[in-house]
This record gives sequence, C-alpha cells and structure tokens, in this order.
Amino acid sequence: MLHYLVRRLLLAVPSILGISIVLFTVLALAPGDPFSDLASDPSIPPSVAAGLRAKFGIDDPVFLRYFHWLLAMLHGDWGFSFASRINVSTLILQRLPTTLAVIGASQILALAIAIPVGVYAGVRPYSVFDQIASSLALVGFSLPTFFTGLVFILLFSVTLHWLPFVYRTDIGGSGPSLYWAYVRQAIMPIAVLGLFQGAAWTRFVRASVLDVARLDYVTTARAKGLAERVVITKHIVRNALIPVVTLVALSMPIVFGGAIITEQIFRVPGIGSLLISAILANDTPVIMAVTFVFACLVILFNLIADLLYGWLDPRISYR
Amino acid sequence: MMNERQLRQRIDEVRTGKRSRRDFLREMMALGLSAPFVAQMLAHGGVAMAAPEFKYTPTKAGGGGTLKLLWWQGPTLLNPHFAVGTKDQDGSRMFFEPLAGWDPDGNLTPILAAEVPSVENGTLDKNVGWVVWKLKQGVKWHDGKPFTADDCVFNWEYAADPATAATTIGTYKDVKVSKVDDHTIKIDFKQPTPFWADAFVGPRGMIVPKHLFEQYKGASSREAPANLSPVGTGPYQFVDFKPGDLVRGKINPDYHLPNRPYFDAIEMKGGGDAVSAARAVLQTGEYDFAWNMQVEDELLKRLEEGGKGQVNIFASGNIEHIQLNTTDPNKDVDGERSSTKTTHPFLTDPAVREAFNLLVDRLSVEKYIYGRTGVATANFINNPKQFASKNTSYEFNIEKAIGLLDKAGWKPGGDGIREKDGIKLKVVYQSSINAPRQKTQQIVKQACQKAGIDVEIKAVPASVYFSSDVGNPDTYTKFYADVQMYTTTMTQPDPRDFMRQFLSSEVATKENKWQGRNITRWRNADFDKLYDESEHETDPVKRAALFIKMNDLVIKNIVVIPVVYRPSVAAVSKKLHVLLSGWDSYIWNLQDWYADA
Repeated sequence: MLHYLVRRLLLAVPSILGISIVLFTVLALAPGDPFSDLASDPSIPPSVAAGLRAKFGIDDPVFLRYFHWLLAMLHGDWGFSFASRINVSTLILQRLPTTLAVIGASQILALAIAIPVGVYAGVRPYSVFDQIASSLALVGFSLPTFFTGLVFILLFSVTLHWLPFVYRTDIGGSGPSLYWAYVRQAIMPIAVLGLFQGAAWTRFVRASVLDVARLDYVTTARAKGLAERVVITKHIVRNALIPVVTLVALSMPIVFGGAIITEQIFRVPGIGSLLISAILANDTPVIMAVTFVFACLVILFNLIADLLYGWLDPRISYR
Repeated sequence: MMNERQLRQRIDEVRTGKRSRRDFLREMMALGLSAPFVAQMLAHGGVAMAAPEFKYTPTKAGGGGTLKLLWWQGPTLLNPHFAVGTKDQDGSRMFFEPLAGWDPDGNLTPILAAEVPSVENGTLDKNVGWVVWKLKQGVKWHDGKPFTADDCVFNWEYAADPATAATTIGTYKDVKVSKVDDHTIKIDFKQPTPFWADAFVGPRGMIVPKHLFEQYKGASSREAPANLSPVGTGPYQFVDFKPGDLVRGKINPDYHLPNRPYFDAIEMKGGGDAVSAARAVLQTGEYDFAWNMQVEDELLKRLEEGGKGQVNIFASGNIEHIQLNTTDPNKDVDGERSSTKTTHPFLTDPAVREAFNLLVDRLSVEKYIYGRTGVATANFINNPKQFASKNTSYEFNIEKAIGLLDKAGWKPGGDGIREKDGIKLKVVYQSSINAPRQKTQQIVKQACQKAGIDVEIKAVPASVYFSSDVGNPDTYTKFYADVQMYTTTMTQPDPRDFMRQFLSSEVATKENKWQGRNITRWRNADFDKLYDESEHETDPVKRAALFIKMNDLVIKNIVVIPVVYRPSVAAVSKKLHVLLSGWDSYIWNLQDWYADA
C-alpha cells in the first residue's frame, strides 16, 4: 500500500511537469496580448505597450519564460497578474471561498438528489417512478447549464421578481437577513449546477443499483427473510455506491475549478470567472496558475479515488 | 466656410454676451469643429467655460443609500497610472480625481483645480509653451493629509519614470512639471502644444498621493500597499476591492464640495456580459447603472419596456469605418505583405475607390443593425452629435457605381465579375467576429455583387484581430486583406492623436513591428503638411481649420469609408440623475450623481 502510494506520487512528478510544459507552450503560441487595449488607443504611443511587454518579459523566448516560471514556482512564487499587478496566489485565494461554497453546495445538492432518486428508481426498475425519474434525468442531463441558467433568470428574476441574478460577495447588513440574502442569491446558481450534475449522477446510481440488485447474494439476503429496507440499505446500496464514490471523487477537482459558464451567467466571482477573464485578457500567469492547480488536483483526486476504491472493496489489492 | 476674421468676431460676441455660448457651439459644430476645439477657442479668446447644464438638488451630503454600478468587465486594478482599459480608469475614478474633467460638450471642468487655465488670466501661454494650474485649496486626501502642488509634481515624476511601468507614461514623459507655490504648478512643454490639457486632466490625469507612493516610484511600483487600498481625494473612500469582481466605497465625509456626495456607499460590481447587465438595470432594477452597453439596439428597446431604467446615449468620437488598402496584400516583399513597396492592383484606381464608396449603404447599416447606437456619417472626425463637416456627403447608389466602373474600363467578365487587363475585381473584406460587423459585411457584399465586384468575407476572432502579436498574419495592423473594417476609438476630445493614423511617417511596417498607426498605408504629402502645420499652430481657430481640411482630404480621397459613428451607451435607473460625457470616464462627475428618494 505504502509502496503503491510512493510509486504513484513519484509518477505524478513527470506528469505534472509534462502538463506544465504543454500548458505553457499552448499559451505562448496562442494569439493575444495583455496590452492590446493600450495598443488600440490612438492617444497612447505604441512605445508604451511595447515598453510594458519588455518589462514584464513577454517578448522573451518561450523556453526562457518557461524556466523563469518553473523556477519561481518551485520557490512557491506564482508570479503576478499582468492585468491587476497583484500576486496570482492572492487572486486565487480571494476567489476560492466563493467557489468552494457555491460549487460545493451544488455538488451536495446533486448527491442529495442522485442517491435517493437513483436508488429508488434502481430497485423498482420500469415502475412509474423510475420512468418519470429517468425521463427527468435525461432532460436535466441534456439541457446545458447556460440554457437552464437563462430560463431560471427569466422565470425567477425577471418575471416573478423572487430572486436576484447578480451574485455579490459583500452584502451589507447583519444577522439573519444577511444570511438570508446570501442564500437567496446562491439559490439559482446552486440549483442550476446541482440539478445538472444530479441528473447525470442519478442515471449512474440507478444503473449501479440495477446491477447489484440482480446479484445472487441479494437474492440470498431476501431468502434469509431480511426486511426489504435492510436489504436495500445494507446490501444493495452499500455495494452499488462503490463506483459512485469513485465518480464523485473524480469530479472533486471541478469544485476547485469552478463552473465557468454558470459563474459567468450569475456573476459568481469564483475561480471559473477568474479563469475566463484571465483568458480574455491574455493574462498568462493567472491562466497558468489556475489550469496548473487544476491539473494537479485532477492527478491527486485520481489517486485518492484509486485508494478509496481499494478501501471500499477489499477484493482489490495494490501492488 | 467662415473666415478667420468672422470667427474672431463671433468669439468676441460670445465674450460680450451678444451671442450665447451654446449657439456659438452649435454653429461651430455645423462647420465641422469639435466641441473641445470650440471650447479651447473660447478659452483662448478669453471666454470662461460655462458650467454644464446639470442641476444638483440635494441639500446635504449622504442619505442616498448605496449606489450600485454594474461594469460587465470589472476593474482589475485601482492605481490610475497602471490602468490598462477604461474599466480600470473607472474603478480608480471612484477614489482619485484629476485637476479637471471633460464635460459632454468637451469643456474643461475644474475638479481639483481652482480654475481652468486661460490666456486671459495669464495662466496659459499665448504660444502654448506652458500652462499654469492653480490648485483648489483645502482639499484633503482620505487620510487627512492636505493635497498640494508636491503631489502633482510627484505624479509627473512617478508616471514619467519608465521603471514604474505606468500606462500613463505617454502623457507625462514629454512635459516638465514644476512647483510654483503650494497650490500652483507649471507645466512646460518641449514645443508649443496646442492640446495642452492632457497631463492631470481626464482619465489619464488622476492624481495619487505622494506620501503613499513616494517610496514606490520606479521598479518597486508593484509593491505599494496603496495600489490595493487607494487613498484619494474623491467623493468616496475606499472600503474593499476584489480584482475583476467588486470595488466598494463609502461616503467621504470631508469631500471638498458642499452637500456632496449624495450616496452613503457605492459599489461597482464586475463580470458577466453586457446583455444581462442591461437587464439588471432596465428590467429588474437590481442595479442603478450599467456601463458600455454593447447590445443591439433592438434588444435594448425591448429591455427598456421593463420600465426600471432607460438607455442613455451620449456623443463620442468612435468611428466604425472601412479601410481600403493602398498596398498589395497578396505580394510578399522581404517577408512582408501589404508592403509600401507595392501598390494595390485596383484599389489605387480612383474610380474603384469611388465605386466602393457608393456601394456602402450606411443608412441601412444604421437602420437595421446599430439603431440609436450607430449613426451613419460621411466624416471621419464626428465627435459629439453635431460634429458633421458641411463639406462632405455620402450616398448609396449602385447605378452610379456601375457607371463609374464602366467608364473606367472595368468590364464584366464571363462570371459577372468585372475585370480590366486581366485583373479581376475580387476583394477580401475582413473584420473582427462581432454580429453587427458580419451583418454590415453582408450588406456591403450584396451591393458589391450587384455592381460586379466579388467580395470574400473574412471574420477574425477579436482577440487575434486586435492583438499586437507580430507573429500573427490576421491582425488589423498587418492588414493582409484588400478591405477591412473596425472602430477607431477617440479617447481624447482632440483629434491630434486620432488623425495620426493618416500620416506617412506612421505607416505600419515590418520594420516598426506593425506598431505604426497608419494602417491603410495611404501617403499624402498635402496631409502630412497640414498635420505638421497643426502641430505648430498655436492659434486654436487656425488649427481647427487645419483639422477640417485634413478630414476632408481623407474623405475626398476615399482613404477610408466612414460607416457609422458610435456614441457611448449606458443603462441608467429612472431614479438616478447623471451627466455622462464621451470625453472622460463614465463616472467623471460621480460627485454630482444623485437619485430621487
């Protein structure tokens, strides 16, 4: 087990290096210029933008820039944003709580929908409930979040005036009204993301339960005269959830990465919106940091998922 | 055209009160002068600048609650000397102020200055070699320290130092600023500078406090704590800043104007897109003000029916125009296409240029695409609404274009495309990807097809097209196409920098890494001479006439085909009272904003 862990961690180093090289090269080759706003303003001489490019080292050869970045990164220096001249780490830390709260809550909502609905549909396949649940899951899974997001805004904000559609991090006030304001503004983004994810997971849970329910030991459990409730919770669900746990673990990096489109629609100041604005502004250090952290988390959670799998299912061993 | 003597007489009439300032302004606009010019003419002639027509009614400061602004691209930094885009300038303007701002008519309005410099008061050199600014007394920074001439001098030193990496360096590097006394500064220009109100004025003129930035001049500029927590002189004090997301401020109890500001707090929220920003102001009323509404007019009108707000459209000089390449985009000379060593095979023929000019249906573009947000025009310099030069005109006439081409010997070939001496009238027409632009391209293409000109439409992603990436062939500065279209912004109320793009010395070439402003590569000795004269002409009246001549020269030679000029557009809550200017930041007079209770 320890051997396995060490080996996997060592293997991760070249993967991370490789990823960083690919990311950096792609960004360097991509067209764009963080100072194009200055360049297209007729009243600012072109030398201003050129001087800034030179000062920030954007005109250096790609490999040189990469090594500078790598060296700084090894020292824990993530560089600073060209757009805001603030340290990238500060920018990310500012955005992290919101992302964790909104995306995290949406994942919890997704699980809260997927597990009961999926299990219930799975143990009673082709019942009316299953038919309805499966159809809804298909619809929810097929509708992109930018569409449901807009529909939600039109319905709940524009028509009914129930909910605000601009998410604010700093809401004035205190006490219960403050918390209520936070909840109100978070309802729509969480629902949009949670329902989408939940629909996908429901299908997965249902299929998994369906597989397990057909196995012989379940028949045995029933033959022993165990109550149906016990059969379902202790024997079916526990085993059916093993692959689900893996799936959820693998989707955890998304919690960090944010949901670019949904964050944009509701103006949730999370990592996703930081990434998209950095991409639009050609702010290489920020794009690099966010994508790189994201890549590291994917590798990390892959490892965690593999370890979890063995822990949940002792038949799997590590060599 | 009015002659110089008549003009002087009119100015005199304004000064003596025989003629209203506004009448004079309108008359001059009709002649093709920009409002700022007229204002400068008047200032030079000893006429005080009139206060803009805006009534501030609140009788005490505060009590207005929170003013909620929505910028769909949020400010990413709050040091005005680092501002890259207007969003950063706007964010900074909540806390920092310049000596003077530009009102909607292009008049200088004093903010931190006690008065606007004028020849009359002896604060402006008649030959514009220097200008003296008298500072307002009793102004305090948010931390209580007094605002003095030292702060101004410091801002000049700070921005002009290349190591500081200020984006305002262009404004400050060629002037010399010195302190006369605690509340007076003098700016010396290297040469007579007819447009003298650049340093310390408007978006690039905001002043930061010396005592907080002194240690961070030069290479350590990025480390100043005040970059993130601005201390200014403005109507609101800094509370909180999250780059790209939110800027918050609270009322400055010690503001230097009485009974101002009206609001107790202010916030500027960033992110999202223009359409939903318009929705939040016009339809749901979640926000009071949204900036830069790049939204199709049809949609804006529909959202306005929501009843919470209205669209505020105000003049600016931005011009959407079509450029005709004078060089050959298909011939490679020393690794450079569209080289000045080549000439375009058919776009150099005046008949073809004239035909093109007749084939652009500007009225349809205005009517069916831009609506209120793009006005058909014959001029390159339009400026405020009234800015149309009387000397130019435009028409859409396919028949006439066909006649011209026939006469010039361009005969339709077997495929319907006109040709002469084996050269076919086939053009590549490029622009950035943007729905209104592609629709405009279609309108022009259809007219051209009828006249026997084959048009291939090319649309390049904006991030590529407008980048200064030397390695990319699709940037607008390289102009590797026959015809292209985009908007040149006019960020200053003076056409000096705006008209540089027709100078022979400004041609974008491989040698200058395509950084030159002259994209059409049109070279004309007469224009260069006029421009040179304008650089040395210190008399605003004569100088104004020179710029009109330049505009007319560009239009008569069909160097570019102006399509629509694009006013600035904001969405404003029905309760909110604002005065918006296209020559300065959207919040240039934030101190005067107020709302009905």
